Amino acid sequence: MIVLADLLPNINELFEWKGIFSQHTLFEFNKTALMAFASTAICIGIFWVGSRKQALVPTGVQNVAEMGYDLIEENVSLAAMGEDGRSWTPYFTTLFFWIFFINIWSVVPGIQFPATSRIAIPLVLALISWACFIVVGVIRQGPAYFWHAINPPGVPLALKFLVVPIEFFSKFLMRPFSLAVRLFANMTAGHLLLTIFAIMTNELLIVRASGWYQAVFAPLPFLGLVAFTGFEVLVAVLQAYIFTILTAVYVNESMHPEH
Amino acid sequence: MRTLTILLAAQDQLAQAIRSGLGSVGYGLAAIGPGVGIGIIVGNSVQAMARQPEMQGVVRTTMFLGIAFAEALALIGFVLKFI
Repeated sequence: MIVLADLLPNINELFEWKGIFSQHTLFEFNKTALMAFASTAICIGIFWVGSRKQALVPTGVQNVAEMGYDLIEENVSLAAMGEDGRSWTPYFTTLFFWIFFINIWSVVPGIQFPATSRIAIPLVLALISWACFIVVGVIRQGPAYFWHAINPPGVPLALKFLVVPIEFFSKFLMRPFSLAVRLFANMTAGHLLLTIFAIMTNELLIVRASGWYQAVFAPLPFLGLVAFTGFEVLVAVLQAYIFTILTAVYVNESMHPEH
Repeated sequence: MRTLTILLAAQDQLAQAIRSGLGSVGYGLAAIGPGVGIGIIVGNSVQAMARQPEMQGVVRTTMFLGIAFAEALALIGFVLKFI
């Protein structure tokens, strides 16, 4: 552990980047912002090129874009919200593909950094989802939405004093917090783990490679690095999917209150 | 005077080591609950998929949803270790 304390710098050095331009201002542009913009460009590129031809039988990029849209419509919109969900599919497609393309930079060689491992992007996305399900609730059920949401049906009066505060805390405070922290913590933990395995492999294989001891133990962190890179791809897809489907479930709950 | 400075520095290092050690212990404790929880979720969903194979898709989706909820707590613990 003492060796690792020497090797591993302060954790902030893994996540803070120097500005490329506009340093020391509010709009400092560093690697995080660069990767977020790159993902935006990729998303816009895929769906813009895919919708140029508009052939009845899709081929090429149009096929890929339509498959992506269909995936979200079938597994997120229709599954979580039923037929009412069709008008929400464009937003969910944007959300899913943007988060996925930001997450996947974590394992791309050369640029191994997920921009969602800084709290800013997950926080804003969670606040947008929070605003979505509150506004939909107020539009559908009027201001009485707030009371209906925290007052579940079929609860005896004596228990209501306990259940109502818990429901309020869980619905209006825990939801955006957990949405943001789930995405942020998954990406941060993955990035950190990959960095640790890479440093260990580097130390055993290259820097201190002096005897049979290092040669015997060096493949272990390397295997861990390979395995966790594969796992990170799964986590990138899964976290994007879970953010999207949780937003869909929350909006559905606001649209169709339980009776 | 010099021994005093060295003693103070050693004490500070000790405090730092204890702090980071307690952080790891905290994360370990925080990981017990979600570990058991995810095991229960996946076990029950495997049983459900075996009993009614035509509901595989729905069960699998709900399983992933449940795993995300349970894992969020473990990850909050992991992040708090460094804060």
